[in-house]
Amino acid sequence: MNASPLIDIQQITYTYPLQNKGKSKAQSPKALQNVSLQIQPGEYLAVLGHNGSGKSTLARHCNALLIPDSGRVLVKGLDTSNKADQRAIRDCVGMIFQNPDNQIIATVVEDDVAWALAVRGLPVNLIAERVEQAMNAVSISHLRKLPPHHLSGGQKQRLAIAGVLALRPQCIIADEATSQLDPLSRREITALLHQLNQDLGLTIIHVTHLLEEAALAQRVVIMEQGRIVMEGTPSTIFTDIERLRQLKLAIPEPIELVSRLRAAGLTLSREALTVDAIVREIVR
Amino acid sequence: MTDHIISVKNLYHTYQSGPLQKAALLDITMEIERGSCAAIIGITGSGKSTLVQHFNGLLRPTSGTVAVDGVNVQARGGDLKVLRQRVGMLFQFPEAQLFEHTVYADVAFGPRRLKLSKREVRTRVLQALETVGLPPHTYAQRSPFELSGGQRRRVALAGVLAMLPKILVLDEPTTGLDADGRTEFYYYLQRVQQKDGVTVILVSHDMSEVATLADQLFVLHNGRLVMQGTPRAIFGQGNILHQWGLTEPPLSELLIQLHKQGLAIPLDVFTLEEALHALQEIETTRHEKENV
Repeated sequence: MNASPLIDIQQITYTYPLQNKGKSKAQSPKALQNVSLQIQPGEYLAVLGHNGSGKSTLARHCNALLIPDSGRVLVKGLDTSNKADQRAIRDCVGMIFQNPDNQIIATVVEDDVAWALAVRGLPVNLIAERVEQAMNAVSISHLRKLPPHHLSGGQKQRLAIAGVLALRPQCIIADEATSQLDPLSRREITALLHQLNQDLGLTIIHVTHLLEEAALAQRVVIMEQGRIVMEGTPSTIFTDIERLRQLKLAIPEPIELVSRLRAAGLTLSREALTVDAIVREIVR
Repeated sequence: MTDHIISVKNLYHTYQSGPLQKAALLDITMEIERGSCAAIIGITGSGKSTLVQHFNGLLRPTSGTVAVDGVNVQARGGDLKVLRQRVGMLFQFPEAQLFEHTVYADVAFGPRRLKLSKREVRTRVLQALETVGLPPHTYAQRSPFELSGGQRRRVALAGVLAMLPKILVLDEPTTGLDADGRTEFYYYLQRVQQKDGVTVILVSHDMSEVATLADQLFVLHNGRLVMQGTPRAIFGQGNILHQWGLTEPPLSELLIQLHKQGLAIPLDVFTLEEALHALQEIETTRHEKENV
């Protein structure tokens, strides 16, 4: 039998409350419909889906930012609907958002990393140690004295990750954390999440609409209309290109090329998912 | 003879805030052909936005000249109002600027301010909505806020098109749209360029987007124009863009790596079809050799 999951989502349903009056609740569609998902400690999970598919809504249930209308979510066995446990849940499952500017509070990089620790009243020498380690883990130690507005978008996301790491979480959720970055920074942040998973054994939930960012994950789930419609390893998921297209996901050209070469009779394994892997297989 | 709708000569721009000076553009000389699609690429802070803001007179040169469709944007003087009508600008996340109750009213906002006749406003609005694929009989009376993200962005585009611009400047036009929204936006944008002969200027760091749409690329870095050419020429030069913090589209990147590994793949291969063809040919030769 499996060890108990870090996050256990049990048949949850959720509908966003309507802000404008005059419409009945019946008109607003369910953002999540009877979703169940177990995330194991140390897992690297990618949640894919187009805009409005429900992937961010699902992610926000994992650290009690949203509470399901029915069903329940357990984090380390703690129920997210229990207000008394929410602080512990959020310390365990940290979250990085799309817009880096919305997550930075302090006027100097190292103070920003220290923020949540200081708020919790930890002793100064412990804060200093944790801040140091967090900055090292995301390679921003050399930027420590800079004001955050001098950082590039990618550096700001690293800073946001450091702020979460300082709290020593077991899991980090990156909710479209790369979508406002340029392509190089996007790749760096994806590589960083992968590295944190490998080196520190952190559980990573990577929410994205970009197929190429899911290639390094151990498991992929794809959302559509508030449901999980596909689930598997990247190598099984990426082979059904037509289905992915129907789910309004953009197919990266290298993946498309592999699929068409295969159709033309070339033998390429299902592991040919990243540019590097594809090159290796073609050159052989 | 080529017809340049924009020509920039030795353009410098320096931002002055109090005693601090920051040189944002340094000695830029470039020309954009009428009716083409030009893309200006570069990382954050490279000067892209500063440059395009000269095209409709939002900024004036510190020195040098900018001529846009016959109008000179000078350091001072000159009437730039005419330019703002001729050059339409679509900023990032333009749907955030929608505010009217109906799609019709939102698109009509600009033309109404031009004091046109009611009939003329109507004609322009209906045409603009047709052009962006939002048929007026279905969409004109709906609220922009009940449309999808991609549709809202096209309402914003229609609002700019209703001003009948000759040049359309778009800043990161598809950021945040999903695959469908993107494909649709490209389709209608290309229609505007081809059908109405509008010159399109894209500011972008999405190289796949640029590879699909642009005829000519201009690479900016630290305020200087460091490279220009067709996408095929630029992406065919190996990892040349890396030094400026940019990257090739994923397909070019794959082909460049294959080339480095000694595969006889020509570097100017650019589209998926070409790549497929080249790789199949290589595979066939490989087989023939093995069978000899």
